[in-house]
Amino acid sequence: MAREEAEDTREDMVIDGVEEGHKPNYEVPDGFNSDYLMIYYGKFFPYAEMHKWMSYGNDGKHPGCDQSYFGRREFSFTLENDIYVRFQSFNDVADLENAIKKKCPFKIDIGPVYSVDPAKRNAYAQSGGNVFRPVERELVFDIDISDYDDVRFCCKGADVCSECWPLMTVAIKIIDTALREDFGFNHILWVYSGRRGVHCWVCDGKARRLDDGQRAAIVNYLHVHKGNEHSIKKVTLVGQTFHPFIGRSAEVVKEFFEEKFVSSQNLFSDEDRYEKILEMIPDESITSELRGKWQDKKRSRDDINVVRWGQLKHLLQSGKQKMLGVRRCVEEIMFTFTYPRLDLEVSKHMNHLLKAPFCIHPKTGRVCVPIDPKHCEDFDPSSAPTLSRLLEELNMGALGNGGEEVLENTSLGKSLRYFRSSFLHPLLKSCKEDIENAYAAKVQQSSNSLSW
Amino acid sequence: MEIVGSRRKSLLPPAGNAAPTIPLYRSAPELEVRLEDFELYAVHRLRVLKGISDALSRGKKPNEMENVVKELLKVHMSHPEASQVMNKDIISHFVLRLVYCREEELRKWFLSMETTLFRYRFLLETSEAQIALMAEFDLPYKTITNAEYENVKDKLNKVARSMNSSADTIYYKVITNFLSSLLSSSFILLRKVQVPFEKVPDLVARREVFIMKGYAYVPRNQVLSLLVTHYRSNLSKALVLTNRKWTSMIREQEKDRLTPIVEALSTSYLGPDYSQPKDFGEISLRDIDQIARSSFPLCMRYLFEKLKEDHHLKHGGRMQLGLFLKGVGLKLDDALAFWKSEFSKKVGAERFDKEYAYGIRHNYGKEGKRTDYTPYSCQKIISSTPGVGDHHGCPYRHLREENLRAALNNMGVANRALEDVMDKVRNKHYQLACTLTFEAVHGASCDQGINHPNQYYSDSKTILESRNNSKGT
Repeated sequence: MAREEAEDTREDMVIDGVEEGHKPNYEVPDGFNSDYLMIYYGKFFPYAEMHKWMSYGNDGKHPGCDQSYFGRREFSFTLENDIYVRFQSFNDVADLENAIKKKCPFKIDIGPVYSVDPAKRNAYAQSGGNVFRPVERELVFDIDISDYDDVRFCCKGADVCSECWPLMTVAIKIIDTALREDFGFNHILWVYSGRRGVHCWVCDGKARRLDDGQRAAIVNYLHVHKGNEHSIKKVTLVGQTFHPFIGRSAEVVKEFFEEKFVSSQNLFSDEDRYEKILEMIPDESITSELRGKWQDKKRSRDDINVVRWGQLKHLLQSGKQKMLGVRRCVEEIMFTFTYPRLDLEVSKHMNHLLKAPFCIHPKTGRVCVPIDPKHCEDFDPSSAPTLSRLLEELNMGALGNGGEEVLENTSLGKSLRYFRSSFLHPLLKSCKEDIENAYAAKVQQSSNSLSW
Repeated sequence: MEIVGSRRKSLLPPAGNAAPTIPLYRSAPELEVRLEDFELYAVHRLRVLKGISDALSRGKKPNEMENVVKELLKVHMSHPEASQVMNKDIISHFVLRLVYCREEELRKWFLSMETTLFRYRFLLETSEAQIALMAEFDLPYKTITNAEYENVKDKLNKVARSMNSSADTIYYKVITNFLSSLLSSSFILLRKVQVPFEKVPDLVARREVFIMKGYAYVPRNQVLSLLVTHYRSNLSKALVLTNRKWTSMIREQEKDRLTPIVEALSTSYLGPDYSQPKDFGEISLRDIDQIARSSFPLCMRYLFEKLKEDHHLKHGGRMQLGLFLKGVGLKLDDALAFWKSEFSKKVGAERFDKEYAYGIRHNYGKEGKRTDYTPYSCQKIISSTPGVGDHHGCPYRHLREENLRAALNNMGVANRALEDVMDKVRNKHYQLACTLTFEAVHGASCDQGINHPNQYYSDSKTILESRNNSKGT
C-alpha cells in the first residue's frame, strides 16, 4: 500500500477521538509501515515482559543477582532500508524502551549474553585473549516452511496455507516433546515467526549454558534428514528397532501423514507425484507391481491417495518382505515428507541471532505471537493479530484508559496472557530458586573455606 | 628429588584384592626420586609411547593394539620390586609431563599417546578393576538401581537394537547372535550408569543412548569413551598448567639439575628433527633435478614435477615442498633462486619478488614471527585436504588411482610391486604404500617404515651413498 494513504489514516485516527457526532471510520488499511510501527511500539510492545524475561531473575534485590546480566545481552536492530545495527545493549527496561521507540526497528533480533557489555566490545578487544565471548544463550530452533518445498504442493517459498501449515504443528509437537521428555527442559517458548515458520526458545538455565558442542549434539539427536537436494530419499532409518525418540516421533508422523497429509497434498493423485515416492523404494518388483495397479484410473468413492498409500503399505509390509530395509521404507517415506526440518546452524551456535517475539513481520504485518504447544493445532497463522487490526482496535477501544486494559482487550491480549502466565511466571519462579540456591551454595562454600 | 604438591597420599590401589589399577595422575606425588631414576623411568615410558605411536602409524587394529600395549608395558614398565611398579608409572608420567608440556606440538603428541595408552590399559584390566577405576574418576554419574533399571529396560533394549544396522539379511543371524550377546553383557551383567546428557554429547548426537528427563543411560561398554574423554581433557588442562609453571618457575629453579635432562629428553625421542639438515649437509641447485629423481618421496617428486610443468604451485604446495627442501639442505638464497627461476616464467620476476619471496623467507624464519618452521610429517601431509588446483597432500591418499599408477610407473615401480602398493592404498595404509615404494625403488628393505618425507630422503641418501662408496673402493 502507498505511504500517503497511511498518513491519511493516521490523521483520521487522531481526529477520530475528538470529533463529535460523526461516526468515526475505524478501519485501518492492511499493511506495514513505520508510522504504524511507531504506534505499535508506543502502545503495544511488551517492554516490561521482555525485560523480565531477558533478566532471568537477575533484576531482583537478592544478593545473588547479577546486576550486569541484562546489560550484557546483545540486541540487534534492522532499521528501515535494511540497515543493520548489531551489538546494542541496554541497562534497563527504560533504556530498551527508549531505544526501540526512537529507532523504530523493523526487526529486533536477540543474541547471546556476552562476557562483557557488547556495546563496549571494542574497548575489550585490545586487551587480547577472548575477553568478549558469548557466555549464555537460549537454545533456539528455527523451522521454516520453505524448507519443505519439495514435499508440499499447495504453496511454494514464503507462502503458507492451511494445507501445509500443519507441518509446523507436527514439528512443534515432536520437538517440544523431545525437549521436555528426553532432555528435561521446562521453560520452552514457541513463537510464530510472522510469516512462514516457527521459532523455539528453550530458556532453562541448563539450556542457556550449553556449549556449542552440546547444542550440536542435541540438534543431531533431533535431526534425521541426511540427504541433500539431489538424493531422493532424505531419511534413512536403520536398526532392528527404533530408538525410543524415533519411535515416539513416528507415531506423530504417521497419524498426520495418513490422516491428513496424503490427501491434502494429493501425494498419489498423479504420476509425477507418486513416481517420486516409488523412487524411494529399493525393490524393483514392488514398484513395478504398484505402477501396474495404478495405471488404470478407476473412479472410486474413496480418496485415491488413501487407497494407493494403503496398497503401497500393504505390499511393503506384507509377510513376504523379509528385508527390513524394504519394510522400513514405509516409515522412511512418511518421515521424508513430514518429519521436522530444522535450520541446524541457528541452533548449533551461541552467537546466532533470532527474531524477538512480539516483533511485526514487515511483509505480512503480523505479530510474532507465542504459540501454545499444548494446543498448537489450533493455531492459525492467518488469524494471528495484524498491525492494522491492532490499530483499529486501538481506535475503537477506550482511548485514554490505562494502557494495560487497552492491551487486554485487543487481539494481542490472549497472546500476552499466555506469555505471562504460561511462560514468564513459571520461568521467573524457577530462576529465583536457582539464584537463591546458587547463592546459598556459594555462602556455604565460603564459610567452609573460612573455617579451614 | 621431591616433587611438590600432593593430594592423594596413598599411591597404592585402594585396599582390597583388586589388581593394581591405573593411576589417574591427578597430582604429582610426594616422593623421593633418585636423579638416575628420574631420567631412566622417563626413557622407559617414552619407549612405550613411541611404540604406541609406531603401531598406530602402521595402522594396527584395536585388538592388535591391545597386545602391543600389553607387550610394551611388560618390557618397559616393569620393576624388579613389585611395590615400585606403581611409583615408576607415576614418576615417569610426571617427568614426561614436564618434558612434553613445553610446546604445542609436543603436548599434542604426548596427550594423544597417553590417552591411547590409558584406553588400552583400561581394556586390559579385569572388570572389577574397571569398576574401581570408574569410581575413582569421581564423575557425576550414578549407577542406576535395579528398580530404575526395570522401569526403563524396555527403552534401553530398543536403543541397543536400534544401533545395529540391519541392511543385509545375510547377516541376519549373525546380527541376532551378536545382539543377544550385546544385550546380555551390557544390560544384565553390567550395570548401567546414569549421567547428565551434556556430558555425553557424542552419544546423544548419534542417538546411541536412551535419554529421559535430561539423563542419558549409558551402557558400560560405552562408558570407556566417556572416561577417555575425561582423562584426555584433564591431562590437557594439566599440561597447560605444567607449562605455565615450567616457564615461570621450574626452568629457572632447576636450571642446573633437571632442566638439562628435561630438554634433552624431548628432542632425543620424538624422532629426528628435520628442521635442520644434518646428515648430508647441503644440496646445491645444480643437483636438485637429479636428486629429486633419485631420492624424493612421491609427494615431493610430484610437487616438484608440477612446479616444473606449471611454473607455479599454490600455497599448500609451496609450503609442503618448500619446507621439505629446507629440511633437505637447500639454503635460503638457493631456495629463493630456485622458486624464482620457476615462478618468473609464469608471473614474472617482479611479481615473484613482491608476492612470493616473503613466504619463502618466512619458511626460513626470516619474516613474520620468525619461527623456524619444521618440514611436514607424513601424518600432517596425509591429513591435509587439498582443493581444486592443489597438488600437495599425500599422493597415495589424494591422487586418483590411474594418476597414482602413472606416477608410480614413472618412478620405476611396476608389476607385482605396483600391485602391492595399490593394495596398501586400497586399505588406506598410505605410509606402508610409501614404504613399499621406497623398497621397490631402492631395492632395499626399510624396516622402520616411512614416517616423514625427509626421512625418506635421508634413508635414500644413506643407501645410495653406501653403494657409491662400495663402487668407489
